[in-house]
Amino acid sequence: MSGAVAVGARDSEPVAHEAILEARGVTKQFGGLTAVKDVYFSIPRTAIVSIIGPNGAGKTTFFNLLTGLYKPTEGAISFDGDEITGSRPDQITARGVARTFQNIRLFGTMSAVENVMVGQHARMRAGLFGSILRTPRVRREEREVREKARETLSYVGLKPQVHDQLATNLAYGDQRRVEIARALASDPKLLLLDEPTAGMNPQESDELTQFMRRLRDDRQVSILLIEHDMKVVMGVSEQITVLDHGEKISEGQPQAVRADPRVIEAYLGKQESERQH
Amino acid sequence: MSTPAASAPVRRGRMPNLELPQKAQLPVAIAFVVLLIILPFFFAPGGSVMNNLVLAAAYAVMALGLNIIVGFAGLLDLGYVAFYAIGAYAMGYGGSLFLSELTGDKGFAVFVSGPAAELPGVHMNFLLILVLAIVLTTVAGMVIGLPTLRLRGDYIAIVTLAFGEIIGRIAINGDEIRLGNFQLTAGRQGITPVDKVQLPGLERFTSLDLRAWYWLALALAVLVLLVNFRLRDSRLGRAWIALREDEVAAASMGVPLVKTKLLAYGTGAAFGGMSGAFLASYTNTVNADQFQFSFSIFILAMVILGGLASIWGVVLGAIVLSVINNYLIPDVLNSVPQRLGLDFDLTEVTAGIFGFMLVIMMVLRPEGLLPERRRKLELEEGIGSDDAVYEARMA
Repeated sequence: MSGAVAVGARDSEPVAHEAILEARGVTKQFGGLTAVKDVYFSIPRTAIVSIIGPNGAGKTTFFNLLTGLYKPTEGAISFDGDEITGSRPDQITARGVARTFQNIRLFGTMSAVENVMVGQHARMRAGLFGSILRTPRVRREEREVREKARETLSYVGLKPQVHDQLATNLAYGDQRRVEIARALASDPKLLLLDEPTAGMNPQESDELTQFMRRLRDDRQVSILLIEHDMKVVMGVSEQITVLDHGEKISEGQPQAVRADPRVIEAYLGKQESERQH
Repeated sequence: MSTPAASAPVRRGRMPNLELPQKAQLPVAIAFVVLLIILPFFFAPGGSVMNNLVLAAAYAVMALGLNIIVGFAGLLDLGYVAFYAIGAYAMGYGGSLFLSELTGDKGFAVFVSGPAAELPGVHMNFLLILVLAIVLTTVAGMVIGLPTLRLRGDYIAIVTLAFGEIIGRIAINGDEIRLGNFQLTAGRQGITPVDKVQLPGLERFTSLDLRAWYWLALALAVLVLLVNFRLRDSRLGRAWIALREDEVAAASMGVPLVKTKLLAYGTGAAFGGMSGAFLASYTNTVNADQFQFSFSIFILAMVILGGLASIWGVVLGAIVLSVINNYLIPDVLNSVPQRLGLDFDLTEVTAGIFGFMLVIMMVLRPEGLLPERRRKLELEEGIGSDDAVYEARMA
């Protein structure tokens, strides 16, 4: 099965330019365990796509492969036309991929603003000596970065009163927001969200869904989502990829994926599908 | 976090919070520095008080350097003595008779005046020696950094500990490491005498008037203090703290781990080297026996006692421990055991006393005398200590 040809959100554009990210035959083994197996996958430019699958299907591992935390055992990944296989996480971030984590990983003892400023690290230029001498250029950059951090925090809906609070003291929903702001701070072309609605109530999930659409339209970012909440997935995704035991078992538009017997089998167990045969 | 303070039992400090409000900090800092500048006028210029002040300032430089590595970046370095040694040898090479076999009778003098310029060996202006010490220790700091890049916590401590020991052994046995006429170190005999500090436009320092030494050490300390503050509130400082709290998240936010860690090692090491060169000249010897593991612990204890990552705390820690080590134990309390009928001097158990003090600190106030806001949070609320989910091994 070839996922290299994307299910397009923009049918008018030529296929070759459509994919912002492309994974070709990516495999990841940990010792004897194959966590991700020969996955072909691509994300159309400015699309919102999802990866779903049962627990332990290799979704987060796949995320970590895309962001450089893991190096693929086999296969290649390209982003925006460039090969990024084996690049370091910070290099991949600098190219324009940003992510959030399944379990929030903010820098707890830093304020919300400082967290977002760290997110801009790759876009800053101040070096060791510039910082020691605090040159006018470094001062200006510092001021701009701080300002932009506040803007980004407001954009994701964090009230200005809590911008300077330590991340650890923020409410759960606000921490999720700061994490998204921190990811956005690096001006990504592709945003990877790992279960962003985990722990949210239906209303908050709805808001996030709206937010993702707005984000895509405002900033022209592509979004890749790992999500368990099927309402969110079905509501927002233009393309859904299903992983099971590290393999891609289905891909396509929401309705098609929902009806795919292999997907039903993966989620509900084998007997069900045997009866269908 | 596996820094010593963090692995201590998590308990609230029972002592009062000594943190100053933000607005009061600058005036207090300036008043403090001014007081330190005029301090020598109250004491005999060649007396033991001045000696203690000089040592305290020099140790503060080292403690502030180590603070960058351990406090800011969270890389537990147990081999900091190596940078003291390398800095001291930079002084030994660049300002003594030690290399006279290489230079012949004529000697090699750079920007120095007076009798030293006529002597054999290499004699350089102290500023040049400082530069040499900084270059050598920065390189050494990065070399020690490289093998620890893939490691975390305790393992970093072990590698740096070994590095400190290796440098110490090389210093001791360096008199047998020869390359033609060049001998690596003078071993236990030590390089002595060492040139007194000479700065451009000033007369050579003497051992009779310690005030000049003190002001130089103070200038170095203030410089390093400033660098500490500026780096803490910079792109790099934020990256260090991010790294200390969560490497995976830091890397994913675009912080290059290798470069950022090496910058911490390199910068921290450079200050150790600066202070090392100064102390070599001040103590008039570069003796391999000075470079013991216990010295690394001595400096680390200053950082922990004062408060990891807390810049003023580290300065306070350096002053307190330096005074205890160089004045209180040898001069004041030394005969206490004998008066109690015990057959030993207190100086013989100095390391034990420091160990005991650290234990007391860990129980009563693990965040240090002047805790840093972030560190305090980490201890009290366990932030950063639960990095159990460590997804990736970083290159």
